[in-house]
Amino acid sequence: MIELRKVTKRFGDHVALDDVSIEVAAGTVHVLLGSSGSGKSSVLRLILGLLMPEAGEVLVEGTRVTEATRAALVRRLGYVVQDGGLYPHLTAFDNVALPARVQAWATPRIRERVSALGAMVGLDGPLLARYPRELSGGQSQRVGLMRALMLDPPLLLLDEPLGALDPIVRAELQAQLGTLFTTLGKTVVLVTHDIREAALLGATITLMTDGRIVQQGSFADLVERPASSFVSRFLSAQTLLPVGAEKG
Amino acid sequence: MRRLGSLAIGLLALHATAGNALDADVIRVGSKSFTESYILAEIAAQVIEKTGEARVERQLGLGGTGLAYRALASGAIDLYPEYTGTLSYIILKDPSLRTLEAIRARLGASGLTATDSLGFNNTYALAVRGDVADRLGLRSISDLARHPALTAAFSSGFLEREDGWPGLSRRYGISLAQVRVMEHALAYRAIVSGEVDVMDVFSTDGQLERLRLRILRDDRGFFPDYWAVLLARKELPEKYPRTWARLREALEGRLDERRMQQLNAMADLDGKSVPEVAAAFLGTERSVGTGRSGLGRELYALTLDHLLLVLVSLAVAVMIGVPLGIAAAHFRKTGQIELGTIGMLQTIPALALLVFMIPLFGIGKFPALVALSLYALLPVVRSTYAGLMSIDGRLLEMAFVLGLGRLARLLRIEIPLASIGIMAGIKTAAVMTVGTATLAAFIGGGGYGTLIVRGLALDDTATILAGAAPAAAMAVAFHAAFELLDRLAVPRGLRR
Repeated sequence: MIELRKVTKRFGDHVALDDVSIEVAAGTVHVLLGSSGSGKSSVLRLILGLLMPEAGEVLVEGTRVTEATRAALVRRLGYVVQDGGLYPHLTAFDNVALPARVQAWATPRIRERVSALGAMVGLDGPLLARYPRELSGGQSQRVGLMRALMLDPPLLLLDEPLGALDPIVRAELQAQLGTLFTTLGKTVVLVTHDIREAALLGATITLMTDGRIVQQGSFADLVERPASSFVSRFLSAQTLLPVGAEKG
Repeated sequence: MRRLGSLAIGLLALHATAGNALDADVIRVGSKSFTESYILAEIAAQVIEKTGEARVERQLGLGGTGLAYRALASGAIDLYPEYTGTLSYIILKDPSLRTLEAIRARLGASGLTATDSLGFNNTYALAVRGDVADRLGLRSISDLARHPALTAAFSSGFLEREDGWPGLSRRYGISLAQVRVMEHALAYRAIVSGEVDVMDVFSTDGQLERLRLRILRDDRGFFPDYWAVLLARKELPEKYPRTWARLREALEGRLDERRMQQLNAMADLDGKSVPEVAAAFLGTERSVGTGRSGLGRELYALTLDHLLLVLVSLAVAVMIGVPLGIAAAHFRKTGQIELGTIGMLQTIPALALLVFMIPLFGIGKFPALVALSLYALLPVVRSTYAGLMSIDGRLLEMAFVLGLGRLARLLRIEIPLASIGIMAGIKTAAVMTVGTATLAAFIGGGGYGTLIVRGLALDDTATILAGAAPAAAMAVAFHAAFELLDRLAVPRGLRR
């Protein structure tokens, strides 16, 4: 469904992605794991067409992502970012409704869809009348997720969706996301630096460092058959760190 | 959109009226911005009103010879007081035109005409204190040559002009013990206190008689003649023969230097209003009461005038400036050129920008509105640009991801997010324009500046304040109004 073939991306002299190939099967949850600067967020931006690769190609549902195709492809994709990426001048409701308004949905249809999504992610109706600055981090993140799901895209990209949340809310939302992914049956690519999150949510994990892929496989594969000493060190180091101490 | 259309039509109408001066039985009387010009124009205006052939519209206090003459030539006004010397030296640029007949013949080619001399010659002159003149037996400028120990205070213009002191001292062979640069107001004090003995004056200055100063006769005829006349468009006598006859009858040869000095003194020194002075000269009564309620009514009219100037130019600046700011933010390279060009507009002094408009649009409201709109452009463009550039790039990316096209992104995301900045720029432009609009009066644009210009000409602080104080109040009011408007224009989620 989503495929990166031998993709290289540079920013000036800095190589963000070096010959990276990833294949995400339909209906699965794929986690990109790594510390900040490992290049995992660039993968999502390449899929969205916000970046174009220097070499290799990115395919979404079999179509190559280019300047010409990206506007059409982006409608197949939902995107959730770390701080929610909500528009401060719009209420939570209007943030969620925005993509549907642009598609000229009728108002009753929009209202119905928003309340269904609210029920799905557990956000009460009155909260939807609030502006982003009046929402907690967890609430903002739920609104961001609702907005990404508004047009019911088959593919969902999440960039550190829980990275800015405190540990309790984070654990709660992790569990909720897991259920959601299972029930919705969407193809999901989730970026995180948190091993527990990766283990909990990801069927397949791609561990990255310095723009390169270190190992791909299930969490069990990584633990039991680490491809290099880096993998073991990465996995063991994080268990000593308080969850959420690192961002990005 | 409808409002936009009617605004454009209004502007066109304003422009049209500026161009067709002789329509609908209105005679437009102009003046330059000094006391004597105001008085002569007002006398003419009152004569026209009494004759009853046409209504009078006053465009008094135009900021200089070039302005007044161009206003007349373009038909924005129908007549104004002028001087023969100015006509031959400055306007027609031909010093060989010495007689009024020669000047009139030349004017005819431009569709203009002039009355005969009003009777006085307002030229440069040298003055001394009466008691000094008596003691030393000074009657003419030649007599000065015999008293080289005298000291003088000359205005900077007189000291430098070839038709001033340099030429004069050569022609008469005079050298004085000490020559100082001093502006007229100071020189009057210095000569009265005996600090200096000689100063340059204008021969009809109202202070001469009061201060017991005596003018020395220009016995070698050095100073050019500046006989006062009324300069008019040729159509005026043709269309309103009775009015023209009355004007000539009332004014030609009726004012000698003494009489003009007295009228100037009434306005400059006795605090009489210009209409009162004119009425006194014409021997007509003007009830004392009209002075105050007259000012009240004038202030009301000027307030509407000023509001019109500010609101229309602000609206134009916003309608042009916001799109320009958006363009600058979207096309970075040409945007820098655009911002630079608009920034350069701002470095032109406001008054100069107003004057540049005259060859293009004549005088009056229209050129003033164009200049004020251009001047208000920079704060609007800059703040729009800055507001758009300050938006978090990730929020713009998200708009693409959410499927918003360029226009939807602009209208739903960018402009609302930049609204605080845009509104701040519009507010700055509004407050600034209230101030700058006071300069519009120099090119006949009306507004509070009319009183400021008149007050400056008459050296009358009360009149200056009558224009300046309401302008300041209006600026404050605009500021307050925009604070309220912010509540409407800035989305609630962005307010602090």
